[in-house]
Amino acid sequence: MWSYFANPHKFLRLSDWLAPLFYGAGMLCILWGLWQGLWVVPKDEYQGGDIMRVMFIHVPAAWLAMAAYSAMAVASFVWFIWRHELADIAAKAIAPLGAVWTALCLATGSIWGKPTWGTWWQWDDARMMSVLFLFFLFLGYMALRAAMDTRQKAARAGAILAMVGAVNVPLIKFSVDLFTSLHQDASVITADGPKMAAVYLTPLLISGLGHALLFGGLVMTRMRTEIRERRIARLTAAALEG
Amino acid sequence: MSRPAPILAAFRQAFGEAWAGGAGALLPLGFLGGAAVLVPLGIGSDGDTLRAVGPGIIWVALALSSLVTLERIFQADTEDGTLDLWLQADAPVSAIAAAKTLAHWLAAGLPLALFSPLLALMFQAEASGELILFAGYYALGSLAFFFWGGVGAALSATVRRGGLLISLIALPLFVPTAIFGALAMSAGPGSTGAPLLLAASTLFACAVAPYAMAAALRLAAD
Repeated sequence: MWSYFANPHKFLRLSDWLAPLFYGAGMLCILWGLWQGLWVVPKDEYQGGDIMRVMFIHVPAAWLAMAAYSAMAVASFVWFIWRHELADIAAKAIAPLGAVWTALCLATGSIWGKPTWGTWWQWDDARMMSVLFLFFLFLGYMALRAAMDTRQKAARAGAILAMVGAVNVPLIKFSVDLFTSLHQDASVITADGPKMAAVYLTPLLISGLGHALLFGGLVMTRMRTEIRERRIARLTAAALEG
Repeated sequence: MSRPAPILAAFRQAFGEAWAGGAGALLPLGFLGGAAVLVPLGIGSDGDTLRAVGPGIIWVALALSSLVTLERIFQADTEDGTLDLWLQADAPVSAIAAAKTLAHWLAAGLPLALFSPLLALMFQAEASGELILFAGYYALGSLAFFFWGGVGAALSATVRRGGLLISLIALPLFVPTAIFGALAMSAGPGSTGAPLLLAASTLFACAVAPYAMAAALRLAAD
């Protein structure tokens, strides 16, 4: 099965129609989620009134930030063990996108926090710290890859760093649960099911799905670009030799 | 005595480098002292403020000193070929990397931690036995800083001007240690278990970092 997914030609054929499909479906989900969030759902005074509508961007962005890092770590692991080039291409493609969604999560969180908690940023809040930490991990990963002089070295160094970061993530999650924090506890993914009213939950989940689809589509497009760049580099090298 | 010899040699080489090449513990202490003296100049000399920020400043200074010390730890070995010999030696690379990191911590991290009660007094802390306990916390935390910093140093061993890269790579990894350490010294909620968590995060660093350093060093030797 691995070798099936590791074949760049098959990937190019698959992503040729799957990426546009992801873009279209993701766009629909995000637009529907935004329409529901901005105009349909009742505002929640406890969460700051109208400002809580930012949730339909903030929460999907937070999910995506974590999912992106996990995906990057898994791709790095697959590359490190089996040396499937496509896995490295995926990890490289995910990093900047993950950084963007993490930044989006931080920005929307600040915008939500200022009117409700009275502060843009709270330093002793482990949850905010851990998302910021995730952001720096993405930046460090990109900087390290950029500093290496060959593609192979960039892939190896990046994979080591992504895996080291990944083993630290449980520690961070644990510290989040330990500390008393301004941030509300998890209310969608809990042991006894969602604690949120269905009127908020459905648009939130659809919006989350939309962000995930958009993310998947962008990753595929970036991977296609990278595959072609590598092909150009190979062809150029061959032409120069011959 | 044949098997541990490369590890011992790595430890001796690194310790000698860190101790003799940098005026012993005086240079790191000078760095810490210099950094600490800048703080009252920067934020004013008000006693209450200094007492509040003192422990945090010492944590930051420890983190920075580990980064400054570690910049060349593997880079010099890559350049002069020592690294290739380590890789052929009859000992795991992870153990050699751990020995080198430990040597640097003994020469540059531990003295700073032992020096910390004096700095705390300069930051207007009450003189009490607690300061000695805090020195132990600083020692534990700085060990984690050195191991994570070592991962950054090994990854950027072949990169020119790697120092900036080490900071970007290692600082996020410092975060749990810094949080647990600061919590252990506060009187707030969660402070009772924090010393144990600090110790756990340091042990975790000691367990994971050597393998990452070994993988990165094999890459640097290629």
